[in-house]
Amino acid sequence: MRDPLPDHGEELIHLMHDSEARSDVPADSVTQQFAAVSAGTVKAKRKGLPLGAWIAIGWMAILILAAILAPVLPIPDPINDANPLKAAQGPTLDHIFGLDGNGRDVFSRIIWGARNSLFIAFAAVITGFLIGGALGLISGYFKGRIGGVLGAITDILLAFPQLVLALAVVSFLGRTVFNVTMALAIVSIPILARITRASALSWSERDFVTAARAQGAGHIRTMLREILPNVLPAMLSIALLGIAVAIVAEASLSLVGAGVKPDVTTWGNVIFSGQAYIRDAPSMVLFPSMVIFFTVYALNYLGDVLRATFDVRESAL
Amino acid sequence: MSAASIKESSATTPASEAPLLVVNDLKTYFKTDRGLVRAVDGVSFTLERGRTLGVVGESGSGKTVLSRSIMGLLPKRDVERSGSVKFEGVELVGADTSLMVEYWGDQMAMVFQDPMTSLNPVMRVGKQITEGLRQHLDISKDHANQTALALLSSVGIPEPERRLRQYPHEMSGGMRQRVMIAIAIACGPKLLFADEPTTALDVTVQAQILDLLQTQQRDRYMAMILVTHDLGVVAGRTDEIAVMYAGKVVEKAPTKVLFSNLRHPYTEALLSSIPKISDPSHTRLKTIGGRPPNLINPPSGCKFSPRCAYATDKCRTEEPPLSAPDSDGHQFSCWFPVELSAKQTAGVR
Repeated sequence: MRDPLPDHGEELIHLMHDSEARSDVPADSVTQQFAAVSAGTVKAKRKGLPLGAWIAIGWMAILILAAILAPVLPIPDPINDANPLKAAQGPTLDHIFGLDGNGRDVFSRIIWGARNSLFIAFAAVITGFLIGGALGLISGYFKGRIGGVLGAITDILLAFPQLVLALAVVSFLGRTVFNVTMALAIVSIPILARITRASALSWSERDFVTAARAQGAGHIRTMLREILPNVLPAMLSIALLGIAVAIVAEASLSLVGAGVKPDVTTWGNVIFSGQAYIRDAPSMVLFPSMVIFFTVYALNYLGDVLRATFDVRESAL
Repeated sequence: MSAASIKESSATTPASEAPLLVVNDLKTYFKTDRGLVRAVDGVSFTLERGRTLGVVGESGSGKTVLSRSIMGLLPKRDVERSGSVKFEGVELVGADTSLMVEYWGDQMAMVFQDPMTSLNPVMRVGKQITEGLRQHLDISKDHANQTALALLSSVGIPEPERRLRQYPHEMSGGMRQRVMIAIAIACGPKLLFADEPTTALDVTVQAQILDLLQTQQRDRYMAMILVTHDLGVVAGRTDEIAVMYAGKVVEKAPTKVLFSNLRHPYTEALLSSIPKISDPSHTRLKTIGGRPPNLINPPSGCKFSPRCAYATDKCRTEEPPLSAPDSDGHQFSCWFPVELSAKQTAGVR
């Protein structure tokens, strides 16, 4: 153990020089090729969306297009074109989804309902996305006191029975589209805050965040440029699920009589107006329910696809 | 560098008033549930521009925490930082984050250990280089892009135009570390920390990266702190070496002096645990027995005594102070230093 050490030092220096001579450029070009190969496989994996995803995207596209084009489509007015003589009629060639209790065309009402229901759901989740996302990002990045307080607020909101909360908001403030949207936004805020916080917590521990700080990036820049882009896929996949939940919640509010007033056509109101006739003319409830089912399923499915795509990318790092 | 030789060198360079970096009795303690972790426990040194200091030690010796503590990159919560870090005469311990943001990247920068995790996976490499440039230098986008291009070629990346538009996952580890170096030197910092810059890389790439760091350090006249667990890495590349153990500097000397005349048994043990290419095959690798010390309840006396082959009762009860620098600028903390110990034992006792 106590042999003369100076020799080792010189030997080491020689050793280092040797390795310098041996390992010039080729090493890097080999690793480059490996990187290129692995990058190629990742791209191939990401290119192909499953067939189901295309069907889901197609369904959502048709639905959104129909909702936007409702005023110019050759369909009867969902409120005023009532024909009480033919009330509660089943599907016919003229009215493929049948007529409701007031003799209004159910197909037309579903399309007009999509206009309002999708608007409410999207607007609610976008609001929740912005507010909840900001709360989650801040509380995930600043782990100290700020994070604790914001996290506690999120947990309190999550612990609240959500439908009751929405019900209370609408009952006190009135059954308008805006109030229902806000009620659903309040419900979606903690969900998005929670997922954003969890994701931001783990990403803010990464070396590249410290590296960005070490380059002089301020807190806001670090949050928006370094963490947010990495957190976004998780947020988007939850937001898609959130839209699905909001659609169902809107319908549920209408069913308990706390949704938007019946003179505004929403999917919830379409079902609500049919529920009295469910034994005689189930089509009045069946068709709007099926539309909700497919929409919610499509959104859930797309959320999963998004998450799967995002997982592939993360494992490729 | 020792205090004595600093005086000489600063006398010969009249332009600089204060040394670039003066660290004095820097302590960094972490408050944990199990107790106070003394990760850095009273480290002092001085570093001039254009010089390289190697910080060597095992895992858990506090070398990484030391570099992050000097740079002020540790979280504020549950961290006690005391002592003094003066950068060009400005005190950085206790400085406001808004002041530190001005220094980070612009005056001092860091190359991190693992290039696989220290680049943002969802940002193009070019963008990651220009971010700091545009923040600190206030230059146009085009100008920043041109600079990034020049930086990438200066760190030896072929086809820099194409690389600028790539994402980190499209590059190899060696490439990424070159990018990290380009990012770190982008704004022309005066002090560069390299925190185990080659630990995560293939052996074949390590020497290239170390050479690159060395040329950049010389060309840009930066001071560099090279943190590593490998004495071989710092051997030909540093002006001075500080060996750390349990959060303290146990031996510090100019590189040549250290290798020709090492005094601390820990340095000796570190050096003899490096496998030698001249050894016959199947030679048993020498290791340092025992484990790095518990930093919450460190052993009494000399922290290395439980693992030291030469430890005596005195070592286990009294902690040796870091000696004053001798004529070579050599300092060490040991009651019975290697080689000379036989001669001096009688005198000390």
